[in-house]
Amino acid sequence: MMARTSTLGRFLRHPMGLAGLAILLVAVAMAATANIFFPDGPWKMAGRPILWPGQNPDFPLGTDMMGRDLLAGLLYGARVSLLVGLAAAVASIVAGTVIGAIAGYYPGWIDDALMRFTDAVQTIPSFLAAVVIVGVIGPSVTTVVLSIAVTSWPMIARLVRAEFLRLRKYDFVHACRIMGMSDARIMLTQILPNCLSPIIVASSVLVATAIIVESGLSFLGLGDPNVISWGAIIGAGRSALRVAWYITMLPSVAIVLTVLSLNLIGDALNDVLNPRLRQR
Amino acid sequence: MTSSTRASASAEALPAPLLAVTSLALDADPSSPLIEDLSFTLDRGETLAIVGESGCGKSLTSLAVMQLLPTNLARSARGKIRLDGEDLTRMKPRQLQRLRGDRMAMIFQEPLTALNPVMSVGAQIAEVLRDHRGLSRAVALSRAETLLGMVGIPDPGARLGDHPHQLSGGMRQRVTIAMAMACEPDLIIADEPTTALDVTVQAQILRLLADLQARSGMAMIMITHDLGVVRQVADRMVVMYAGTMVEEGRVADVLTRPHHPYTAGLIAARPSGAFKQDGRKLNDIPGMVPAPSARPAGCLFQPRCAQARPDCAAARPEVAEDAGGTAPRRWRCFHPLNRPEPGEES
Amino acid sequence: MADAAVPRPAADRLRPALRFLGRRLLQALIVMLLVVLLNFSVLQLAPGDMISVLSGSSDMTAEQMVSLRAQYGLDQPWLARLGIYLFNLAQFDLGYSFRNAAPVATVIAERFPTTLILVVASVIVSLTVGTLMGVVAARRAGSLADLVLLAVALVFYATPSFVIAIVLILTFGVTLGWLPIGGLVTVGAGLTGWAWLADLVAHLILPVIALCTFYVAIYARLARASMLEVSSLDYVRTARAKGVPEWRVVYVHALRNALLPLVTMAGLQVSSLIGGAILVETVFGLPGMGRTAYDAIFERDTNLLLGVMFVSALCVVLVSLVVDLLYVLLDPRVSLE
Repeated sequence: MMARTSTLGRFLRHPMGLAGLAILLVAVAMAATANIFFPDGPWKMAGRPILWPGQNPDFPLGTDMMGRDLLAGLLYGARVSLLVGLAAAVASIVAGTVIGAIAGYYPGWIDDALMRFTDAVQTIPSFLAAVVIVGVIGPSVTTVVLSIAVTSWPMIARLVRAEFLRLRKYDFVHACRIMGMSDARIMLTQILPNCLSPIIVASSVLVATAIIVESGLSFLGLGDPNVISWGAIIGAGRSALRVAWYITMLPSVAIVLTVLSLNLIGDALNDVLNPRLRQR
Repeated sequence: MTSSTRASASAEALPAPLLAVTSLALDADPSSPLIEDLSFTLDRGETLAIVGESGCGKSLTSLAVMQLLPTNLARSARGKIRLDGEDLTRMKPRQLQRLRGDRMAMIFQEPLTALNPVMSVGAQIAEVLRDHRGLSRAVALSRAETLLGMVGIPDPGARLGDHPHQLSGGMRQRVTIAMAMACEPDLIIADEPTTALDVTVQAQILRLLADLQARSGMAMIMITHDLGVVRQVADRMVVMYAGTMVEEGRVADVLTRPHHPYTAGLIAARPSGAFKQDGRKLNDIPGMVPAPSARPAGCLFQPRCAQARPDCAAARPEVAEDAGGTAPRRWRCFHPLNRPEPGEES
Repeated sequence: MADAAVPRPAADRLRPALRFLGRRLLQALIVMLLVVLLNFSVLQLAPGDMISVLSGSSDMTAEQMVSLRAQYGLDQPWLARLGIYLFNLAQFDLGYSFRNAAPVATVIAERFPTTLILVVASVIVSLTVGTLMGVVAARRAGSLADLVLLAVALVFYATPSFVIAIVLILTFGVTLGWLPIGGLVTVGAGLTGWAWLADLVAHLILPVIALCTFYVAIYARLARASMLEVSSLDYVRTARAKGVPEWRVVYVHALRNALLPLVTMAGLQVSSLIGGAILVETVFGLPGMGRTAYDAIFERDTNLLLGVMFVSALCVVLVSLVVDLLYVLLDPRVSLE
């Protein structure tokens, strides 16, 4: 498909999307280099507590109340944010795609039942659900990812269902059925590749939302206690807000920029991928 | 209707035309003119048809008269548009707003989209009366009921609370007509008012418009591509081609003795005309209206014209005029049909 | 064509409305049942039951634990427990909160008004501000004002509510000292009447802003797109052609239609607002349902936690029912059929 290269080309000519990509790459670089710059990890009490950024050249972003290097915290925090965001997005895309595909391909009672279930899940306040799940089962990266995925798949399911409802009526699907292809194979090899564009656009929003939810959970002290995350630094720094506001503001800026970059990429993907959808 | 007396009384007092459009020109950008050098007049109580294929600038002309052009086009507008001697192009938005709906009104092509889907038809008609006449809600609604009855809607009281989607196409167009008639305007512009309707309803709506006009004495501009409509309702007609006027005159004269080859082509392309021409096929005009950015040098119609001669491509013809006493004719052609050749016109 | 005037009797018009309401109520009931099931399964996943949690903080003999488990039916198989749970819920018995030494329903009823005020105020403020931003941006599409508003919306859209809350506390509470940054009323002030109300409003300003910004961004973007679409439609031109004043063309003819997608969106957002209330109530120390859920987690008060979930879901279901009915009023084209 030559559309692939031209889609990439159009994305690379989209200034906002490019800006988003640049910011996201910085976040990825931060996550990737964390243990190169700070092999001792983020918890090490490296210097005097509450050093303001720039006060000591050894700690360009300063230290927190316990004398831990904030730069190390930000780099390691990027790992958690990106990992949780990506994992939660992948999990909800897989779950949402399976449920949406089955609902869209089998109209009737299967569709009805699955959509009623989707409605119910969408009714649950998602952050409250995440808090409950993590709170009851216990905080770990896995439960955080699960707690986010459990309430964010319905959006993907609705989207995929709508695409499947539309595409299943097409002639090429009929042709495959006449050829005796199995339903699973038709869904996977014939219909699914044709509804990738909306899933891709939605996934960038999913990652962004997951990062926000994760930061909220760790802000409340419900993050994995074994890893440092941006939300946890903010939550811990809140007690020192009056004396050292930079401790909360630095990770806040990191969250906002990362989420902003993903939203910009999502908008750009929407601009780039949608005209192709309309042409088809 | 009290306006018939008012209109005819002022018509006697003022010999000047109700509407005078002089040298109107419009463009999206300087390289693609949409309307060039368009002039016409309209007397009180008169019906003028503006005829042409789609894309020739008919609708833009009507929006220009109403001063409802999109801002980028409005900025490019040149020429004068005088209503009762007052130049609309120099008016402030506030003055124009008071004029619209009161002294000049418009009927659009597609009545479903022209009506606000979330407002009852009664409220939409009453709105005009409340804005321009300062009527109370109750009085405006009872006037709206009268107006609905006047445009032939049965049981108008019960229809006041209906929303546009509850009415048929013909009924909706009657509602937009009632809305336009609410303040008894001097001028009403109907932009293809029957195109979106069923054939049987088309005739009813045209009859209604003609009837209302006869009773109220308002002047009407009927924008249409249908010569049948022209013959049915209009006194005079302007034929437009590629953004400019190519022929103007009394309907009977133009349709029987067209001077411009384009007008002749339009007449020959009519299905009813084709039957009479002993089994000959429908004569369509070859080619298409040129895009605004690709207008030819010389006469605009020359690339499609069967009568074209070498001089047609050399220069653009000016408007020629035959004052002709009671029935003046104007045309824009070097070699007009149905006239003594060579042209003594200059 | 033949939509001639046949006046419909009132009963005929009422019947589809009742049928619609009945069907939607049934749907709501199914959704609530599923929510309860999900609730219950989370409870089953919890390590240890509430008695073992209780025993951790008080001296309890093994016999006492067994008898307590029997008393609350915790020794029954899970299907029986689900039956008991459903049976109790049907009577709106949400169980007992040991930590608060009161029925869960009583605890929630006490905290509910705070969250209600917070969420309702946020819906109103975010819809109003977001719509205004969107309309202004759409009216000047492509201008500097439009770009600035879009940029602001983009940043708001990317900022978590607790970050906004901290920035607000830092700016208006700590640095400027203009507004209170914690609690619902000034403790011990003993205010009454208007002074009490003014105090309450002052305490709510920052929490509402913190909860709103994200939704302001959503509505601004949606309202802008919607206004741009609606403004190009014929009936807006018709309104101008009949001499309707410009402000009414924009705010009555165009906006009323442009608002329709926003109403749908606002209905969907209530669920997410209740979730966001946890963070905002925690940061500002407001005694609402969200704060209650947060405390319940750390106190392992599972009954209370599930009670909050149940009541929240119930509110969301009711709101979506109201939004459906509202939509019918706002858009006459939508019938109840």
